[in-house]
Amino acid sequence: MPALRVENLAKTFPLRKPLFGSAAPGVRAVRPMSFSVEPGETLGIVGESGCGKSTLARMLVGLLEPTEGRVEIAGRALDNADPAEFGKLIQYVFQDPQSSLNPRKTIRQVMEAPLKRLHGMARPQRAARIAEIFASVNLREEFLDRYPHEFSGGQAQRIGIARALAASPRIIVLDEPVSALDVSVQAQVLNLLAELKAQFGLTYLFISHDLAVVEAVSDRIVVLYFGSVVEIGRAESVFARPRHPYTKLLADSAPVVGRPLTAPEQKGTELPDPLDPPPGCAFAGRCPRATDICRTVMPDLTEMGEDQFAACHHPIEG
Amino acid sequence: MSSFFHLLFRNRLATLGAVVLAVIVLLVLLTPLLPLQNPDVTATADRFKRPFTEGHLLGTDHLGRDLLSRLLHGTRLSLAIGVAAALIAATIGSAIGIVAGYFGGRIDNVIMRCVDMLMAFPYILLALAIVAALGPGLMNALIAVAAVNVPFFARNIRGIAVGLAGREFIDAARLAGMGHTRIILTELLPNVLPVIIIAMSTTVGWMILETAGLSFLGLGSQPPQADLGSMLGEARSALISHPHTSVVPGIMIFLIVMAINLLGDGVRDALDPRLRSGALSRPRATTMVDRDSPAPAPTDDLLAIQDLHTQFHVGERIYRAVGGVSLAIKPGECLGVIGESGSGKSVTALSVMGLVASPPGVITGGAVRFQGEDLIGAPYEALRQKRGDRVAYIFQDPLSTLHPLYRIGQQLAEAIQSHDRISNAVARTRAIQLLKDVRIPNAEARIDNYPHEMSGGMRQRVGIAMALANEPDVIIADEPTTALDVTVQAQILSLLDDLRRARGLAIIFITHDFGVVAQLCDRVAVMYAGRIVEEGPTGAVLDAPAHPYTKRLIACVPELGGGRRVLAAIPGLPPMVDRLPPGCAFAPRCDKVQEGCRAGDIALAGTAPRAVRCLFPEEEV
Amino acid sequence: MGGYVLKRLVSAVPVLLGITIIVFLIMSLIPGDPATAILGSYATPENVEKLNRDLGLDKPMVQRYFIWLGNMLTGDFGRSFSLNRPVLDEILERFNATLILAGTSFILCAVLGVLAGVVSAARQYGLADKAITFVVLIGISVPSFFLGMMMILAFAVNLRWLPVSGMYAIYGGGDLPDLLHHLVMPALALAAVATGVVARLSRSAMLEVLRQDYIRTARAKGVPERRVILGHALRAAMVSIIPVLGIQAGFVLSGAVYIEIVFQWPGVGRMLVDAILKRDLLLVQGGVVFVAACYVLFNIAVDVAQSLLDPRIKT
Repeated sequence: MPALRVENLAKTFPLRKPLFGSAAPGVRAVRPMSFSVEPGETLGIVGESGCGKSTLARMLVGLLEPTEGRVEIAGRALDNADPAEFGKLIQYVFQDPQSSLNPRKTIRQVMEAPLKRLHGMARPQRAARIAEIFASVNLREEFLDRYPHEFSGGQAQRIGIARALAASPRIIVLDEPVSALDVSVQAQVLNLLAELKAQFGLTYLFISHDLAVVEAVSDRIVVLYFGSVVEIGRAESVFARPRHPYTKLLADSAPVVGRPLTAPEQKGTELPDPLDPPPGCAFAGRCPRATDICRTVMPDLTEMGEDQFAACHHPIEG
Repeated sequence: MSSFFHLLFRNRLATLGAVVLAVIVLLVLLTPLLPLQNPDVTATADRFKRPFTEGHLLGTDHLGRDLLSRLLHGTRLSLAIGVAAALIAATIGSAIGIVAGYFGGRIDNVIMRCVDMLMAFPYILLALAIVAALGPGLMNALIAVAAVNVPFFARNIRGIAVGLAGREFIDAARLAGMGHTRIILTELLPNVLPVIIIAMSTTVGWMILETAGLSFLGLGSQPPQADLGSMLGEARSALISHPHTSVVPGIMIFLIVMAINLLGDGVRDALDPRLRSGALSRPRATTMVDRDSPAPAPTDDLLAIQDLHTQFHVGERIYRAVGGVSLAIKPGECLGVIGESGSGKSVTALSVMGLVASPPGVITGGAVRFQGEDLIGAPYEALRQKRGDRVAYIFQDPLSTLHPLYRIGQQLAEAIQSHDRISNAVARTRAIQLLKDVRIPNAEARIDNYPHEMSGGMRQRVGIAMALANEPDVIIADEPTTALDVTVQAQILSLLDDLRRARGLAIIFITHDFGVVAQLCDRVAVMYAGRIVEEGPTGAVLDAPAHPYTKRLIACVPELGGGRRVLAAIPGLPPMVDRLPPGCAFAPRCDKVQEGCRAGDIALAGTAPRAVRCLFPEEEV
Repeated sequence: MGGYVLKRLVSAVPVLLGITIIVFLIMSLIPGDPATAILGSYATPENVEKLNRDLGLDKPMVQRYFIWLGNMLTGDFGRSFSLNRPVLDEILERFNATLILAGTSFILCAVLGVLAGVVSAARQYGLADKAITFVVLIGISVPSFFLGMMMILAFAVNLRWLPVSGMYAIYGGGDLPDLLHHLVMPALALAAVATGVVARLSRSAMLEVLRQDYIRTARAKGVPERRVILGHALRAAMVSIIPVLGIQAGFVLSGAVYIEIVFQWPGVGRMLVDAILKRDLLLVQGGVVFVAACYVLFNIAVDVAQSLLDPRIKT
């Protein structure tokens, strides 16, 4: 049974109805998408700004109600109304570690909330559990009585991870957990996450815009573009042998030591207008392989090669 | 808490206000105990006694009542009513504001519509209508003043609450299983409270004025009971013949309100964290210069940064952001400056043209020479003429660095016209050409766009066009692609590379990304804790890094195509630049550290073009 | 542009309706019935009942509201019993005087306030800044009615430069110079507080804007500092100053009540206070609704000005 299953999950943000005329259809931040994550797996989710990755993440943890579709954890559909129910099963690590900690609470207060509210633990058990968690994320217990502003970004992110662990979830959604950190600190946090996963048998959804980081930590990778999944595949093959032209563009764009500087595309790189989405493939306007069918018919996600799916009418040959 | 009072009373004006207010409050608290005459006993024979007459220190009013006694009793009443109105308005208004801001959506919409409706009245009309309905009287005036101020608090606090409700720690609290009430009380309220206190301390004075005003109109306290406003109102008819009866209560109102305003401003400043760091200071037109040693001798480089020291002076602390950086660039060369956040790379770049925000920034040593001429400490006009003309900048986030209210055409034309007296029409033509040069499609139409109408990539092209406007000799690009998506970044980088080759531009490229440096730069300098630790040709440095920091930092960068793996990390954190260790700043994190590393200053040494600041380098250079 | 103005005007309709509802609700809080208030406590029950019927007070509240609203829309604000003339006539005559006073003060406070704020911010911690801050502090701490009284003592009684009160000289006045002569003191006294508030807010708005990245960009382009301050910074600061001006207009209009009393200026404010003291409720009701409606229209003008300045506002 998959640890997490997403079925036709979609989010449309309604627009305010104008004074005259009827309301516009709304912005489809996430188009219906389905995927599943196996227990113990790390699923990477990559995409550029505006691809809907943060909206997706917030729906997965119940902070945002989906417009359609459902989220299943260990075979059980989640009740959308109660984030506290979600909390015991799935937790979230935020991109900006400082902003995710209340500036006027001590770290101990931050850590106690999930233990008290989600698990109803008594004070002595809480203290013991916090000590245990802090030991596993390599934080000193003396930090517990300090306030968030006293910590560096890397330390604050460890605290954020510790808080997520305190809920004893099975799944953690990591929303750009290292992009606010410097490279030398980034690896500290990534390695810690890998250790924790092994130690507690966690399942990760790792969201990032940094292809190299995602590739380094993931088992499988989902590539998003304009609110849709354009490609899913195993981490070692998605960027090495991309089938979707957008995945290839992403892979070719990352500046890499030892590769000469060339712009992989010369056309404008504008995203389609979210208020007036194109009828066919959203990438068609930028795609060198696009034909008429791409501009009219939305391609479905189809299997192309072992464990690799792409939504493209003219996929790159493997 | 004690730091709050420390900050508050460091402010001399606030202390003055607090003292005056304390004296007045003490006086009115003691009023019932003082040997004063009954404030309401009339003695027509003694009417309009002048101040300092026997038995009446401040004289008497039109009914012969003792003014001092009436003043103190009146003050007591006015203060009590004003403070009560403020408390009521703040409590109700803040509660409404927090609820509206936290829940948002329809609740917010309905509440704020009502608030807007109340604010559509000039406040006194509402107060007058309430008093008209309830009838004149002090309690009714209190209700009116409180009611009129509720919408102000509600709107103010809602703004803050909306901002806080969108913060991630509120989401985190929900995921931790907390309910709405608990989140509002324990997460939101402690963060809103300072704002409520600020709003209250800055409006109490105003509310005292308003209640006094209603009494002045005869709609507040009714005779014989007097507050300051009604005393003034009653004295008005005798203003010309016996001015002292007006002056006495008038000055008392003035003193109270001024004391409260002074104290309120002090409270605001002490509670507003932005003021603590001195961040609310206005940056000057150029960075302050305070050099204690003479500038180094000129060189014949196009642009040379020589032993530059830039510091931030915040309160007692001194942050040595740039601690002796020397760099030089030749025409047509691209020099990369790479480092992590806090390494001083951006401050170095901004120091060149005196653009470091000042206060708190101060350039304390060294020189920046453009064709031999020292720019540090140059007169403002000399510096201005070179800014954008000979040395131009491209900044990181094009949304915040372009002026939101000017069309991009205007901003481009202005860049040209600041250095070149040409007509608007010619400037516009040149601006269009610039947009074409940076490959913006449909330049003739795009020129009339506002920045918010463009995508991030297009905006950064405008930023580049602006830097090119006067065909400068040097462009300093401060992380120009960091805020952009990777596909857009690739285009911008290749555009910059084409432009520099076609025009022979010298570029100083500030970045934290080794991939970018490798693809774009001829030479690279690596910065750590405000100093250059290694420099040399890009290929040589990347292939054989000599400083342990460089070597390990490169190892930290994951490369695409490497597959799943454990990444290298550097333990520890970069040092704070206000507490730099003696010797090598990297020593605490270095695995090759030895006794000598922590002893004294280590020189940047090597054979040109390479140099390294390390006693035990990885490679001999 | 025209579309935006139209949209704002349409959206003002519910606000105006809301204002009438609020006023109506407040007025219906009045204990006892208005007829007794009008006729006095010695009136016979028959007369009270008759008046109540004449005024439509025997009908249910909702119906009464719509009758009142319908009458107002046709220009019938009722008849003031204390003045024995139509409410609207009285209001229109009085509002003219208030508009002259408040309008002058508003222009003074906007111009002087923004100017002082800009100078203060541009010379932060300098002598000019400190002097302006000091004057502003006094300005916002003095009650306007007390300031007005002290001005009368100083300039009218002692120095005899300006007339003590009124709008026109009783004998031989009535022309523009005469009006201006009478206007100086009340307009200044009324503008003092608002000028102080505008100056403070302009100063902090300017300081906030001057720290923005686009100001650094302007300086990096080599734009002369004068233009950076008066062009780039002031323009951006106006985005937050203009709404404050809108609110201050309400405060000036409010302060006019006190000033009209102190200087015996024949405006709406004085009329309202007199009406309240005489319990002439139709006059209060009509005056409040009328002035509030004018203020709503003024605020639409403020919004339109804001949208002209800031292209990010959807028009």
